[in-house]
Amino acid sequence: MELTLWTYEGPPHVGAMRIATSMEGVHYVLHAPQGDTYADLLFTMIERRGKRPPVTYTTFQARDLGGDTAEMVKVSVRDAVERFQPQALLVGESCTAELIQDQPGALAGGMGLPIPVVNLELPAYSKKENWGAAETFYQLVRRLLKDRIPPPGTARPGRAPGVRPKVNLLGPSALGFRCRDDVTEVCRLLGEIGVQVSVVAPLGASPADLQRIPEADLNICLYPEVAKPVCDWLERQFAMPCVYTVPIGIGATRDFLQEVGAALGVDVTMALRPDVVGASDLWSPQLHGGSTERARSRLPWYSRSVDSTYLTGKRVFVFADGTHALAAARIATAELGFELVGLGTYSRESAKLVRAAAKGYGLEALITDDYLAVEQAISEAAPELVLGTQMERHIAKRLSIPCAVISTPIHVQDVPARYGPQMGWEGANVIFDTWVHPLMMGLEEHLIGMFREDFEFVDGHQSHLHVGGSQPVDSPKPKEPQDPPEPAPAASVSVSTASADKARRWSQEGLAELGKVPFFVRGKVRRNTEAFAQTQGIDLITVDTLYEAKAHYGR
Amino acid sequence: MALIQQSDAVPQASGGCAQPLTLLRERGQREVFCGLTSIVWLHRRMPDAFFLVVGSRTCAHLVQSAAGVMIFAEPRFGTAILGERDLAGLADANDELDRVVEQLLARRPEIRTLFLVGSCPSEVIKLDLANAAQRLSQRHLPRVRVVSYSGSGIETTFTQGEDNALAAMVPLLPRTEAGSLLLVGTMADQVEDQLCRLFNRLGLPEIHTLPPRRSTDLPPVGPNTRILLCQPYLSATARALQARGAQLVAAPYPLGVEGTTAWIQAAAAAFGLAASAVRPHLEAARQRGRTAVARYREQLEGKRLFLLPDSQLEIPLARFLHQECGMVLQEVGTPYLDRLLMATELEQLPTTATISEGQHVDRQLERVRAARPDLVVCGLGLANPLEAEGMATKWSIELVFSPIQGYEQAGDLAELFARPLARRQRLHF
Repeated sequence: MELTLWTYEGPPHVGAMRIATSMEGVHYVLHAPQGDTYADLLFTMIERRGKRPPVTYTTFQARDLGGDTAEMVKVSVRDAVERFQPQALLVGESCTAELIQDQPGALAGGMGLPIPVVNLELPAYSKKENWGAAETFYQLVRRLLKDRIPPPGTARPGRAPGVRPKVNLLGPSALGFRCRDDVTEVCRLLGEIGVQVSVVAPLGASPADLQRIPEADLNICLYPEVAKPVCDWLERQFAMPCVYTVPIGIGATRDFLQEVGAALGVDVTMALRPDVVGASDLWSPQLHGGSTERARSRLPWYSRSVDSTYLTGKRVFVFADGTHALAAARIATAELGFELVGLGTYSRESAKLVRAAAKGYGLEALITDDYLAVEQAISEAAPELVLGTQMERHIAKRLSIPCAVISTPIHVQDVPARYGPQMGWEGANVIFDTWVHPLMMGLEEHLIGMFREDFEFVDGHQSHLHVGGSQPVDSPKPKEPQDPPEPAPAASVSVSTASADKARRWSQEGLAELGKVPFFVRGKVRRNTEAFAQTQGIDLITVDTLYEAKAHYGR
Repeated sequence: MALIQQSDAVPQASGGCAQPLTLLRERGQREVFCGLTSIVWLHRRMPDAFFLVVGSRTCAHLVQSAAGVMIFAEPRFGTAILGERDLAGLADANDELDRVVEQLLARRPEIRTLFLVGSCPSEVIKLDLANAAQRLSQRHLPRVRVVSYSGSGIETTFTQGEDNALAAMVPLLPRTEAGSLLLVGTMADQVEDQLCRLFNRLGLPEIHTLPPRRSTDLPPVGPNTRILLCQPYLSATARALQARGAQLVAAPYPLGVEGTTAWIQAAAAAFGLAASAVRPHLEAARQRGRTAVARYREQLEGKRLFLLPDSQLEIPLARFLHQECGMVLQEVGTPYLDRLLMATELEQLPTTATISEGQHVDRQLERVRAARPDLVVCGLGLANPLEAEGMATKWSIELVFSPIQGYEQAGDLAELFARPLARRQRLHF
């Protein structure tokens, strides 16, 4: 028994619903009590789907338990097949039905239905949503292709010369993170190197589409959480090669193109150079418009541009599903120059990979689905930016740390109206904006740092962005100067400082020299110099003291 | 599955209607929440209580999804998720539960009442939560009292979870001989204050509420207690209170100006106050309510309404929308019809309306499509699909979260139904 307050993943049958809802012509009969229909709203409200998920719930009640709940399964299966006329049927059970052991899949299998029936056994008390999605996708593909498995050792026929290579994109699904736009972006990326996309599944695919999977030259495992078991199986049974690199970020997109190119014998040299676009080309209106212009990312240049200098070494904490956590860690460190101070995932299936990656960053991975443990880890790491799920967004809000959402569990905000992929060159653009905007813009931060000491420029005049989080975005606090105005240098020869144990005196020359320091750093210089004088036991601050202090504190 | 579909007549009280209402009973797939969902408002009503579901990952996911947004630092509800070890008997479920409760109470020292909430899996494996609650109470009293009830989907729909929670509190209530009025059912604090002010003005005796605002302020109950239900779904609670000697006041529910008036008058009559003595005290509020509703009546009058079963508020809502807003009732669905608690409401429904109890969602949606209503009241899972088919919808879950009872909210209640229609008029593409 495990105490859970918020969960990152639903039960495994919700994963099965994601596969059914992603597809056309598939129906899912779920042996489940009243109430389990709540899961419909994940699709109709969060993703704003205009159709009910293709799921029939047997809806048994307590009074049915003594009677024939198995008969309820059969009636539901018969009704669903008649009403929805699916091309393939998934049959399974939710947690409660698992306990009453009606074996709905076996029951349906014995009904002599004219369509393929997939018996889903998804252990509700040990597995979770992503596992359920992956298992369902695998079982469905296996069922539909089992009669077409070539004998072991059969070589795949080579591609005829002049025929465009074809690939399948496997893994995008309902309730996934930005899958809709990632598919578009990856298709564009592949189109650029002359590769045709054959089947995209499960999103938008029909059972007949799944049967075309072996016709392609290569599988692309776009979301390992959903497609890894299928891709492994296709590799084993159909000798279909697979690219597992997920093209999120510049480096990963390049790796991805190289691997696809190598697997298909396609030259991708031209497509690999996001950097051919310099600062001036970025302003070409054709950059992302016409088909003749290769789409390129602005991320590399934006990251190099001087405004991004302030991103250097920003402390970042990453927590997400396996795929997005690994991608984010790479982008954060190699492409934005952040410092990674935490890396973790709630996907136990990816624990090994994430642990290994974390080790490479000199960290210990956080593998947990307890959001309280995540909150504690974030709080201890004291990052300046959190990249996480909606849960981490709330954690970050409470801790007043800027945050960007990079992964499921899905939220209505993660299904934007605009085009917002994570993958490919455009995905890198989206990521740059999404991660950097919660931080202050570079120049702005620089200026705020400069003027921070100035009395006109104290709390209440900060960025309207997420900095200083305790401050509500649109209701700035009334101005309460925290630092007293800087006294004019000539006003007094001897200035005592409250913070010092013993009053530090400034010599006439020392004070005059302080007056030459630009006003926006003058307060800092004064404090540093006085602190330095104190540690050195200097009673009278001279010009020399001031510069000795500067040398002492300077980096 | 025996799909029972039968029609029979709901006998109506004499006094006008010659024809009986049509009742359609259906069984099949139900597009409703289970009783665990009630936790979402109950935990807000009693800030010193914690609701611990003993169930599966599905239960945790349901409560989280129904709560909609994950905004709470640390919510006052959670799930003790059963694992394979618990089911295989490798771990003693009771020991495990004790451990989880210890862990929880150590984290949350401010909790005074802990509700152990039964779920489908805990019911099916026959985990005795009543016994566990007793054992844990003995250990943790006086600091924390532990109470159990079932919110399982095999036994309860949506609002019945509150009914079971309140019924579980009834045995704990102290006994009294004093005459008192007990308001039963969660309403927004502000609404409750408004209605209590009216009762005070009428000079009614002491007023208590169940659930109380603090879980430890248990209202007394006894033979001179009159129960006035604020919510229509409290069958088990009403019967448990009657078993403690309290007397149930027959009344409609305080939705709309007329519903609120009849509700207050029924309570007043139970304490011997004639309607003529009560009315003058209500007139100002009645007038305000009527003015507020009138604005929306213009938009709602003559519009056809189809209510799918969800919260058990459907019948009183239909009465209000028909009687005070002039809407035409096509079908009024309810997950469960308690004839005793609905008697005064049913009397006021027009005979042209069909009442349906239970659900076979696919058949009901066929009726919706055939009826082409101007507005469909339904759950969150169905709203967007119906909108995509061109029908305006109102999500019923909002009705259990929003302050809708009483005179001052009558206009707001009407507005909830007018808004989807008004929105459609504004949008042009």
